[in-house]
Amino acid sequence: MNTTLHISSPRFGGTFVAKIEQVSGQKLLACYQCGKCSAGCPMAAHMDVLPNRIIRMAQLGMEKQLLATRAIWICVSCMTCNSRCPKDIRIAEVIEALRQTVLGTVNRDDQLKIQALSPEAIGALPPIALISALRKQTS
Amino acid sequence: MKLIYYPGCTLKNQARNFDVSTISSMAKLDVEVEELARWNCCGTVHALGSDNIMNRVAPVTNLIRVKEAQASEFMTTCAMCYNTLKRANIDVKKRPDALATINEFLYQEETKYQGDVDVLHLLEFLRDRIGFDKLAEKVKKPLAGLRVACYYGCLLARPKEVAFDDVENPTIMEDLITALGATPVQFPLKTECCGAYHTVDKPEIIAERTDKIMGSAHEEQADLVVVSCPLCAFNLDFRQDDARRLNPDFYHLPVLYFTQLMALAFGCDDTALRFDLHHIDPRPTLAGRGLA
Ligand code: SF4
Ligand code: SF4
Repeated sequence: MNTTLHISSPRFGGTFVAKIEQVSGQKLLACYQCGKCSAGCPMAAHMDVLPNRIIRMAQLGMEKQLLATRAIWICVSCMTCNSRCPKDIRIAEVIEALRQTVLGTVNRDDQLKIQALSPEAIGALPPIALISALRKQTS
Repeated sequence: MKLIYYPGCTLKNQARNFDVSTISSMAKLDVEVEELARWNCCGTVHALGSDNIMNRVAPVTNLIRVKEAQASEFMTTCAMCYNTLKRANIDVKKRPDALATINEFLYQEETKYQGDVDVLHLLEFLRDRIGFDKLAEKVKKPLAGLRVACYYGCLLARPKEVAFDDVENPTIMEDLITALGATPVQFPLKTECCGAYHTVDKPEIIAERTDKIMGSAHEEQADLVVVSCPLCAFNLDFRQDDARRLNPDFYHLPVLYFTQLMALAFGCDDTALRFDLHHIDPRPTLAGRGLA
């Protein structure tokens, strides 16, 4: 028996999808959902949505749901997924484009509140930690 | 031999042990390292968004400083600096339009960047320019019996275009350690991410990572772990108390820079090692192997 599954989304191929593809430099439709990116992701245990699903949601233009995930801030751009994807998709670049979309909105929704850290905690941290955290999570 | 050296911010702060051990061990190899004049922070992370030209300015400014030093290449030991500088360099070489924008932004610089500088990591310099066999000849105190787990993390191995060894199973540090007389152990988690900057506000992630990675080294009966990244070193060393709270069976192991093991084997004194800057003091472990 043959089963045909039809997927439709009003936002498929919309401006959000085009923007993510342009900023990340990736062709989202190349992903065939093998799941290898999620299988090797060292942050998977801490994510609410796994990397392969992030790509799927991006293909479908699920902008609101994607930009509200915790996972896009948990991804640390370790590049494990990129180096293993059989379709040569740079998943880390797609997730960076999603982060940049949040940080680039009018609210400039910074994810790291440096004021919330104690001066002692900041003093103990090496510059490499503070600078990278700020670059990745603030506008 | 003279070599331009880019230390980066953390080697002048918490990771001074990485800085002094690099300079001292290179002197023993008859390489005079000259610190790059007027270097600035590399930015620590490569900007992955194609439209983020701004974050490529900091690395390119450093490449201009290298040209001003009349050099066409330079070396860095920090894995994060290496990765950021190398990726920005590859990127602007491929995108003349982006490079033109950056040069235009840096209009006050007399020297323009034209993609004419090479970024080297110290490990590849040692392998390709010195040779591990030549390096072995300089060993005064072989690290005999010392069992070492070599940790690469993300930045020396990925992405492919910056890696100078196998992406999944690099062995360059093991080859160096062997030349110093030590014994490298199998280490399946050698390229697993330590959690990086989550150390700032998500310590629970770092505790889980440190427990897993250091636990794997302990399982392989390593005496210590060597690294090339001050952020990995901070997480794997200074966050071990958090790992212990998460897992009462966590076993503390010292974390060293590979340059400290070189300096030790070359017979450099304590000022080149700075073991006082570690959270888990490596001296008892080294003394146990007759090395301190
Ligand atoms: S590894 Fe590549 S092809 Fe496979 S699910 Fe992930 S992005 Fe898609
Ligand atoms: S880059 Fe992000 S999504 Fe990819 S493996 Fe690393 S943490 Fe996971």
